[in-house]
Amino acid sequence: MSDILMQDRAGPEGAALDAIDPRARLIGAAGFACVTVACSWLPLLLAALILAIAFMTLSGRAVGPTLRRMAAMDGFIFLLIAMLPFTTPGDPVFTLLGFAASREGIVHSAEILLTANAVVLALLSLAGTLEPAVMGQALHRLGTPERLVHLLLFTIRYIEVLRAEHLRLRRAMKVRGFRPGTSWHSYRSLGYLVGMMLVRAVERSERVLAAMKCRGFSGRMPVLAAFAYGPRDAVFGAGLGAILIAMLVAEVAHGAF
Amino acid sequence: MHIVDGALAAPVVIGGAVLAVGGVARGLRDLTLEKIPAAGMLSASFFVASLIHVPIGPSSVHLILNGLAGLVLGWAAFPALFVGLLLQAVFFGFGGLTVLGVNTLNIALPAVIVHYLCRRGLARGTPRIAALWAGMGGALAIALTALGVGLALALSGEAFLPAARLVFLAHIPVMAVEGLLTAAAVYLAAQVKPDLFATVQGPQR
Repeated sequence: MSDILMQDRAGPEGAALDAIDPRARLIGAAGFACVTVACSWLPLLLAALILAIAFMTLSGRAVGPTLRRMAAMDGFIFLLIAMLPFTTPGDPVFTLLGFAASREGIVHSAEILLTANAVVLALLSLAGTLEPAVMGQALHRLGTPERLVHLLLFTIRYIEVLRAEHLRLRRAMKVRGFRPGTSWHSYRSLGYLVGMMLVRAVERSERVLAAMKCRGFSGRMPVLAAFAYGPRDAVFGAGLGAILIAMLVAEVAHGAF
Repeated sequence: MHIVDGALAAPVVIGGAVLAVGGVARGLRDLTLEKIPAAGMLSASFFVASLIHVPIGPSSVHLILNGLAGLVLGWAAFPALFVGLLLQAVFFGFGGLTVLGVNTLNIALPAVIVHYLCRRGLARGTPRIAALWAGMGGALAIALTALGVGLALALSGEAFLPAARLVFLAHIPVMAVEGLLTAAAVYLAAQVKPDLFATVQGPQR
């Protein structure tokens, strides 16, 4: 439905993960994230990353685009990771331009790097491979407030429509010779573009609401979704649950000794 | 700026999540189902706007526009921006899952603050005056977001302090750009559709 959300996310027929109930996948991704963030022992975090890579393989999606997304996230935190060894006090391991990198800092950097990548990879593979609208319905069935779900579903529905509108406006600007640069004119023009997008979005929403009322909208919207919890989901849930509990036990045991 | 999983201390993550849940709940109270289409459409607009890259000198930044979101949506900015962040995390891998609360708080709380500071200036006055207030609001929202990110990092450990300072410095040009863009956007909206700012907000529940 939403192209930008589902770009190169379409999977092959019969990928192993696609047979799992969306609710189980969402709970799995959330549980995995919480347990991984709670762990700080490096071998465990490495195991978490391997588990995330296993999810990626099971999802059957192209490896390149998934890893590219993960790498984009690493771009955000590059600075943080690079600075930590030098700003954490501790035993110096090496010096760079007169700054000493501490062992503790390097370990901390590695922890963050492994955790962040494992969680994002598992999230992209378990939840990011769902059809966006299906994710909304699954969240509804998991008890998310109705209004939030409808807001989510409307947003998902209209991201692509509004993106097309944005591209149309940009094309119109380009045809009239607009080239973005560092100038007052550029910023004002882009600001007008955003303002116009908002105006058109609200006017479109008025038409949508009118159309909904015309079709008998009574202030309630049903969320249509039929999910069936099957034996496959039980196996997935029990397997992942056991691994996560084992990780927690290992973390606690390692911390205790 | 998105914070990722694993960087923050547990109390910060949990505190951020609790406050974000409160903010989202408060925002949802304003959103009757009649207003959901408008709110969803605006939430999608802000999602699309965050994909726009604006040049600054040799580099470019992507827009956040949380100040503008606050001006248009009021408290509803909380659920609307949360939805955007959730979709970015799940489908683009930006940010993380457990830090969703902290990230929502850092983006949406400044939006609500700007809403309260600037709504009066926006309501009465010419488009020019509205644009002036909006410009200040747009820049302030980014400053507060950068402060929030810095605070979340600083609360998680002394070692993050230099990085937190750097985050703030790096956001100063972004503030200027966002201020200018927000001012221009509001200037246009105030002339073309003055009731834009009343579509989602409003006294009736």
